[in-house]
Amino acid sequence: MSKIAISVEGLGKRYSIGVRQHGFKTLRERVNDLALLPFRTARRLVNSNGHEPRSQSNDNNNPKSATRKSSTLWALRDVSFEIKRGEVVGIIGRNGAGKSTLLKVLSRITEPTTGAVDIHGRVGSLLEVGTGFHSELTGRENIFLNGAILGMRRNEIERKFDEIVAFAEVDSFLDTPVKHYSSGMYMRLAFAVSAHLEPDILLVDEVLSVGDASFQKKCLGKMEEVGKQGRTVLFVSHSMPMILRLCERTILLDRGTVVADGKPHEVIKHYLYSDTLSQAQRVWPAKGEAPGDSVARLRSARVLNDEGQLVDTIDIRKPIFIEVEYWNLQDSLRPTAVLHFINEEGICLFATNDFNNAEWFSTPRRPGLVRATCSVPGNFLAEGRIFLLVAVVSYNPNVVHVLERDAVSFQVVDRSEGDAVRGVFTGEWPGVIRPMLNWQVTGLPEDL
Amino acid sequence: MASGAHQEHPPTRIRPSKGWVALDLKGLWDYRELLYFLTWRDIKVRYKQTLLGASWAIIQPLFTMLLFTLFFGKLAHIPSDGVPYPIFAYAGLLPWTFFSNAVTNSGNSLVGSSNLITKVYFPRMIIPGAAVGAGLVDFAIAFIILIVLMIYYGVAVTWNILMLPVLIVLVTLLAIGVGMWTSALNVKYRDIRYALPFLIQLWLFASPVIYPASLMPSKWRWVLWLNPLTGIIEGFRSSLFGTNKFDWIALGLSTVITLGVLVYSTYTFRRMEKVFADIV
Repeated sequence: MSKIAISVEGLGKRYSIGVRQHGFKTLRERVNDLALLPFRTARRLVNSNGHEPRSQSNDNNNPKSATRKSSTLWALRDVSFEIKRGEVVGIIGRNGAGKSTLLKVLSRITEPTTGAVDIHGRVGSLLEVGTGFHSELTGRENIFLNGAILGMRRNEIERKFDEIVAFAEVDSFLDTPVKHYSSGMYMRLAFAVSAHLEPDILLVDEVLSVGDASFQKKCLGKMEEVGKQGRTVLFVSHSMPMILRLCERTILLDRGTVVADGKPHEVIKHYLYSDTLSQAQRVWPAKGEAPGDSVARLRSARVLNDEGQLVDTIDIRKPIFIEVEYWNLQDSLRPTAVLHFINEEGICLFATNDFNNAEWFSTPRRPGLVRATCSVPGNFLAEGRIFLLVAVVSYNPNVVHVLERDAVSFQVVDRSEGDAVRGVFTGEWPGVIRPMLNWQVTGLPEDL
Repeated sequence: MASGAHQEHPPTRIRPSKGWVALDLKGLWDYRELLYFLTWRDIKVRYKQTLLGASWAIIQPLFTMLLFTLFFGKLAHIPSDGVPYPIFAYAGLLPWTFFSNAVTNSGNSLVGSSNLITKVYFPRMIIPGAAVGAGLVDFAIAFIILIVLMIYYGVAVTWNILMLPVLIVLVTLLAIGVGMWTSALNVKYRDIRYALPFLIQLWLFASPVIYPASLMPSKWRWVLWLNPLTGIIEGFRSSLFGTNKFDWIALGLSTVITLGVLVYSTYTFRRMEKVFADIV
């Protein structure tokens, strides 16, 4: 029996991007080409006989096919690694680093462009729990359907049925269509089916980011159990605490390639602190390639100090400015910049948006560039690294146009000079934020 | 698989595919239960929250038959090869309704299952296959009415009926072939969604459902035979009523064309399959 569970060799996956999303001709173009064929052939014959200049039909076609081929993106490029049986491996990286593409290739959902993968054992993937759930079907029916979709045999599902129901805590609703379920119940049932898949190799993509805290705890417990049973787990997450807790090895992907591979705390450190100055600023100069959609696209995000300088490190007492620039591409909606301040444990400290500026809120939007700067007062954030999720959204209806996790980040330091929140205290200071608050303190007479 | 006991699988090899792609029959067989469950889901979901439930499977061909009888049988006096027109029309509508519904449903099945395709691996052919499978269940229900009609009109069953299972297999294979091909094309070109109902409607008039093939002058009948449904529908009538002899040339041609369609669509499907998850 092989000791290797997964071996990946020179793996690459190329996508075509750009205006024509997938590089395919529409049927109309195909039909057009076909319809014009006799004329072109005729013209070519005429050309070879007579002395007409070169036909124009090629010129009409070429620019189109040129744009079609012009923009390709390597979501994965020359990725190689080996995973031993029983290893629990975390995969981290920024948005668009290729994490999800890697899982999709490994689970055979999409085919690689280059390279080779050998997988020893049955693969189960939790790329999204509840895949194939049908809202009209009952809980019982969905357990069987979902199980079959995930590759379980019917007798296997029957054997585990009671266990699944018990794990999901939905016994009294088994014969109710899942469209009447609360979202919590739905999630529990969906995860329960997936969790009982018992594959040799489990691929997990960010499933635990949903559901309430107690449910997350339960899922985590199940995942740990799976890991301890000697199964191989590949686990994509943005949550560093979860990676630290579950994984014994971590792979860091950046722009489609493996940049670090090793002990989780070292790789996470590499991810969080390497390349720090570039983490204070992200710029997308080309509108067509910037994250976003037809309503808004993100141009840049920057961390600035009170003198307008790009900074990676800020004194805890000083204010910090987060500047976001985005293209507003239409004039009917109100795209607005949203910031989530997230600490190293993955906890969102707070969220804020530019509607807080009442004047801007009531201004009609015109197409063009928008710069929104949010100022965070000094003596407010806690020490440590702060990561910013930058989004551009519009409300009513609520649409997310841009969502960049870890777009920029900065370090808050407390020099302990006595005039910050902690004062002269030098020990561990708890709390996710560290606001300077007003205290009323008076001495009272002894005999009150 | 029992927990802990690892069976030795042959390793799964993932490589970029080039040129001809083998039809992975073993993979299809491994997922046969999924085919069953997806068929079962399609049927179950289709009639949930409907007032009349599965009787819709009967209503569609039955009312079409009544309309056809009124307009084509009674008013236009279209001949019906010596059997009463209602039962003549119904025997044609039965395979036709199955075929047209199966092709329409499987043609739209891949696009409708994009959430599955982008999230889980399984042989993609199962999706259009399940849509055809669900059509077979409707076909079986609608068949009951045919039996009732045959008893009502006193049509005697002959040995010809033995050909019926073969014809059902043939029309199923044709539906799978056409459905699979359109479903794959639909992923790439969404025009199919709009073109399909229209083409199906044209196909109805090109098939001997309303009229017998004998209506066509024998000099031109071969044109009708190029439509693989002609041999199948005429064959249905021959096997059910026994009044007409089987037209073996037409049937043979239908079989050859059906198999050709099946091979071509399987090849096209396998070739396009690898990009489904990226473009659906």
